[in-house]
Amino acid sequence: MKEVLKDLDKAFENRVRLGIMSALVVNEGMDFNALKELLDVTDGNLASHLKSLENSQYIGYKKEFLGRKPNTFYHATTMGIEAFKKHIKAIEQLLSTH
Amino acid sequence: MQNKVLLNMKTDYIKDLEQIKDIMNRSTRFITLSGLSGVSTGIIALAGAIVAYQTFFKDTDYLVYEAVGLSGAFTGQLLVIALGTLVLSVISALFFTRRQTKKQQQPAWDAQTKRLLINLLIPLVAGGLFALMLLLKGFVGMLPPVTLLFYGLALVNASKYTLSDIRSLGIIEVVLGLLAFWFIGYGLLIWALGFGLVQLVYGLLMQKKYSL
Repeated sequence: MKEVLKDLDKAFENRVRLGIMSALVVNEGMDFNALKELLDVTDGNLASHLKSLENSQYIGYKKEFLGRKPNTFYHATTMGIEAFKKHIKAIEQLLSTH
Repeated sequence: MQNKVLLNMKTDYIKDLEQIKDIMNRSTRFITLSGLSGVSTGIIALAGAIVAYQTFFKDTDYLVYEAVGLSGAFTGQLLVIALGTLVLSVISALFFTRRQTKKQQQPAWDAQTKRLLINLLIPLVAGGLFALMLLLKGFVGMLPPVTLLFYGLALVNASKYTLSDIRSLGIIEVVLGLLAFWFIGYGLLIWALGFGLVQLVYGLLMQKKYSL
């Protein structure tokens, strides 16, 4: 039981961060507005959670220009994908214990 | 006490898993397909098949394993019926899908829609051009199997980006396409079955399954 709890990732305890990761592991990359629309959160809220995932090195970003507008594309890092998988596995194990 | 805490935790994590699944689906799949699109295109296809039968196939044996000599007028008329059916189907599918996206307050034109359309259109356009060439060369009997096969494969290909039900619909159309070649004399009938009846029934089932 303790072992399982240790594998649960604090970074994913927040629903928005969990949502960002869920979207980024199944998509090559998503821009800020697509994430905002998908998760239905405010700019500030999304930005702060993106920053925190960035600090854990779970996601990275690339700035690109669409015409003259700068656009930030976020993607999950290998480290982030591994952490996400581990987290899901821990949840599944937790749910299967009685 | 301990058990209650654990139970609460489990409920939370079950919610987490549901949310993860929902976000993964919404961010990769176009999920606002309308069952009514299937119903309406099914009906239009049936009408198209009936018109084609009444106009051409009732008194002729064009549904054979060889090219038949067609007059330019015949080719033109068949083309008009085929294109008419196609255009009406696309319009009705767009109409009902647009209505559905509005109802579910989902964006109609986003990355998921584009991905679905591109993957649907690649096999579909290839099949459409091939069918057009078959018609111009007089291979009328090949039209039902070829259109069914390419349509079925297009659906199987597109099903990765939308509701998974579309996959089995595609497989049914492929099987009907093979049958339409083997029993070539029944080609138009099998075509009406695939594009008309099967599509209509699928539309009704999906409408029932997903209507909110």
